[in-house]
Amino acid sequence: MDFDWTPVWLTLQLASATTLILLVVGTPIAWWLARTGSWLKQPIGAVVALPLVLPPTVLGFYLLLLLGPDGPVGELTRALGLGTLPFTFAGLVVASVFYSLPFVVQPLQNAFEALGERPLEVAATLRASPWDRFMTVAVPLARPGFLTAAVLGFAHTVGEFGVVLMIGGNIPGETRVLSVAIYDHVEMLEYGKAHALSAGMVGFAFVVLYLLYLANQRLGRRRS
Amino acid sequence: MNAKALRETGKKAKLCWFGIALLCAVFGTARAGEVSVAVAANFTGASRIIAAEFEAATGHRVKASFGSTGKLYAQIVNGAPFEVFLAADSVRPARLEKEGVAVKGSRFTYAGGRLVLWSPDEDRVDPRGNVLGSSDFRKLALANPATAPYGLAARQVLENLDLWEGLRSKVVRGDSIAQTFQFVATRNAQLGFVARSQVLALPEAERGSWWDIGPELYQPIRQQAVLLERGKSDPAVQAFIAYIKSDEVRKIIEGLGYDSARPLRSFSD
Repeated sequence: MDFDWTPVWLTLQLASATTLILLVVGTPIAWWLARTGSWLKQPIGAVVALPLVLPPTVLGFYLLLLLGPDGPVGELTRALGLGTLPFTFAGLVVASVFYSLPFVVQPLQNAFEALGERPLEVAATLRASPWDRFMTVAVPLARPGFLTAAVLGFAHTVGEFGVVLMIGGNIPGETRVLSVAIYDHVEMLEYGKAHALSAGMVGFAFVVLYLLYLANQRLGRRRS
Repeated sequence: MNAKALRETGKKAKLCWFGIALLCAVFGTARAGEVSVAVAANFTGASRIIAAEFEAATGHRVKASFGSTGKLYAQIVNGAPFEVFLAADSVRPARLEKEGVAVKGSRFTYAGGRLVLWSPDEDRVDPRGNVLGSSDFRKLALANPATAPYGLAARQVLENLDLWEGLRSKVVRGDSIAQTFQFVATRNAQLGFVARSQVLALPEAERGSWWDIGPELYQPIRQQAVLLERGKSDPAVQAFIAYIKSDEVRKIIEGLGYDSARPLRSFSD
């Protein structure tokens, strides 16, 4: 059986790109959510959590309309000369960033909240600037949170299906990720190939989560 | 008791059974039943209209599920509780018969599918499809040829025009003909191969432009129906099958943009 690695490779690329972007975008959001007293905290927290409860079809449907040539985002990307995003790898990255947002922001927010005021106040008395306090105190202390956020964001993107199906267009090497490839194999009654990919996914998900729990336990023990 | 008397009782018992069977049949049809139908995505709109007419005429209810023919086939093979399958091709129904999931010999063509190249924009598609040779579009949508019969037909058209290889980078694949239509309707793809019935289902002002592709460019899409073992002895199901074959339904189907099933019936696999 010739094994096609393209969907595997593509999925890893998608998950890596999404995780990197989410760590950059999600960290300030999580920091703000953890420390603000503003009335906006609850509504913004709710918006961040939306992808947890919405079916992927809702996200896929709205992204298709928003990113399409008649949608506001689509008009913007076209004006910038980027074309439109559906059916492209970049489009999948954008969709995945929305889809996996809560899986990165929430662990980070929890980690930042668990720090409390004390270490930051101590750092402030040592004349650390806000940036210094964040980089040299908050980030190292929140390391388990970052680890959890990165792993969950990555794993959740690997498991993405509904959104990709709706805006991907099933293009080999561009938008045909693992979950879609499995779906196609099942539809074509190629159960052997479907099994190979599916069993791989189960194994991958288990190993990743197991390592995460193991690492978190170690980090937790070291801190206490 | 002698042999003659024994034969007499036997006859009486047979008559009695016949009476019971007749009563069952009469009451069975009189009572409102339910028909579970698996419907190929392209036939969604048509099946709604047909189901409504059928329900009004007989009092039975129709429960329809929609999806690509390949997906519905896989579900049926794995025990999905459908009684009738309205497929978009003849391959899957034939396979179901062979596998003993469908009743042998129950297969018939109910509609001939017609493929069109469509754009919601006026003037984009010329009536001969020359637009395919131009660079006037970025994405061309078609249904997945591996699982959707209309996708296979679209691929045959492109191959017959010697455009399949050249357009490969522009092709996006919908999961079903319904999703393919949606890609084009939202203008995410500028052109798409869809079912003529889907375009005709739109209000006239939104139909845009299309190329009615000649039947010489692709194998006929014979949409076949098959009775599944599960519904074999259900009178409501039998009434539904009979209704699908009626002239009334044939007229509805033609009005919706399909070819009539009659001339296609003479084809055999």
